[in-house]
Amino acid sequence: MTITNAENPRSSFGYRPRPAGPELCRPDESDDVQLLPSDAVVDLDALRRESGTDDVLRALDTELVGLKPVKTRIAEIAALLLVDTMRARFGVTAPQPTLHMSFTGNPGTGKTTVAMRMADLLHRLGYLRRGHLVSVTRDDLVGEYVGHTAPKTKDVIKRAMGGVLFIDEAYYLYKVENERDYGSEAIEILLQVMENNRDDLVVILAGYADKMDQFFSANPGMQSRIAHHITFPDYTVDELEDIAVLMTDGLGYTFSDEARNVLRRYLSLRVDQPWFANARSVRNALERARLRHARRLLATEGTVDLAALTTIEAPDLLASRVFSAAAENTSGQTVDVTAGGFN
Amino acid sequence: MRITQGAFSYLPDFTDEEITAQINYALSNEWPLSVEFTDDPHPRNTYWEMWGLPMFDLKDPAGVLLEVNACRTANPNSYIRLNAYDASLGRQTTALSFIVNRPAEEPGFRLDRAEKANRQIGYTTHSYATERPEGERYGPANP
Repeated sequence: MTITNAENPRSSFGYRPRPAGPELCRPDESDDVQLLPSDAVVDLDALRRESGTDDVLRALDTELVGLKPVKTRIAEIAALLLVDTMRARFGVTAPQPTLHMSFTGNPGTGKTTVAMRMADLLHRLGYLRRGHLVSVTRDDLVGEYVGHTAPKTKDVIKRAMGGVLFIDEAYYLYKVENERDYGSEAIEILLQVMENNRDDLVVILAGYADKMDQFFSANPGMQSRIAHHITFPDYTVDELEDIAVLMTDGLGYTFSDEARNVLRRYLSLRVDQPWFANARSVRNALERARLRHARRLLATEGTVDLAALTTIEAPDLLASRVFSAAAENTSGQTVDVTAGGFN
Repeated sequence: MRITQGAFSYLPDFTDEEITAQINYALSNEWPLSVEFTDDPHPRNTYWEMWGLPMFDLKDPAGVLLEVNACRTANPNSYIRLNAYDASLGRQTTALSFIVNRPAEEPGFRLDRAEKANRQIGYTTHSYATERPEGERYGPANP
């Protein structure tokens, strides 16, 4: 029954040549790939069209407002992966580039949104095999008792393989004040995987800039294993307005011309107030405008048409407390902006 | 004697690429995989030692292969198998099971005959490996 002879001693799996025995006829793969001669030329544009890179980058450009440094870096990565495939055609191979990243920026600057897109993008560029995103926080990685952390972290890592492991608020992993915290164990395992399984997954850490700086200074190994440190800048008022318009489009609303002007004034006032969270604040403001819009429609009697149902008018925005607070400020009174959030 | 249990056991041993392809197939059917090992490969020994918990929600074979290789380094002289479990209603059973590691030396089995009343014969298989205590059956665990 067994096929063992002196030429083919059996040894452990995976580390041995194929033994003699029943074997399916398969084309020899090494013959399929014809290396290009060194004096050949490759059509760069054709390759770019084939890979679909341009589509991905264009979608990124239209759907995400601003974020210049982020887009530049993504375009660079896309170019590198493309050039690498061309080099491979000539037989020049380099190991896969490391694509672990850290996203730093203020709240609401789009770190999570970009991470989601990054998984899809790297999949389309052929860097990731699956292109799914596993989003975790400290709770998912760090255990509650001795010996709990390692299996938990490894489980998460195994699930993320072939895709992107996105660690939100990554600085919570390391707690400076408690040196017996299990977080450092999770970091150690992460470091090991980031080094050994570079081809299998991309790790993206995200967090607020100042806290991430602290985190990296406490974990220099992590800092050096991440090739791409991308800073997300705050949005300008113009960009915030574009974001608001994009968001209302997605919700099936439009601004009237007057409301558009009010929105602009609202945003320029809101930017300077405390707890401004960029796009997130815009989204919240829009949610409140929707509420007022609905209430206004119910208050008016009679019939409504589609235009009325989908148009946000100036009063919906003007009712915001941001305006009244600003008015009081200019009239010399102090306002307690901390009370009860912003309406 | 090369033992033949599970799928593909009459084929030459799989390479890592071939194992990866099988894992891929299991994952594409949404069968979670688990790694098990033993040094007592008697056909009736159904329950092998578990190497960690079954791996749920995996998308990519790299994670499973990581565990297979970890188990191989820890138990190089054991039988290691991969089980894929189909949890869909109506099946709920092991859908695929195949050996991914075997000891270098497999002494095999002996057939024991027991004479019973009325010249009846009872048969049983006896694994030569189990004559030695657990952990030493196929050479030291860590050579």
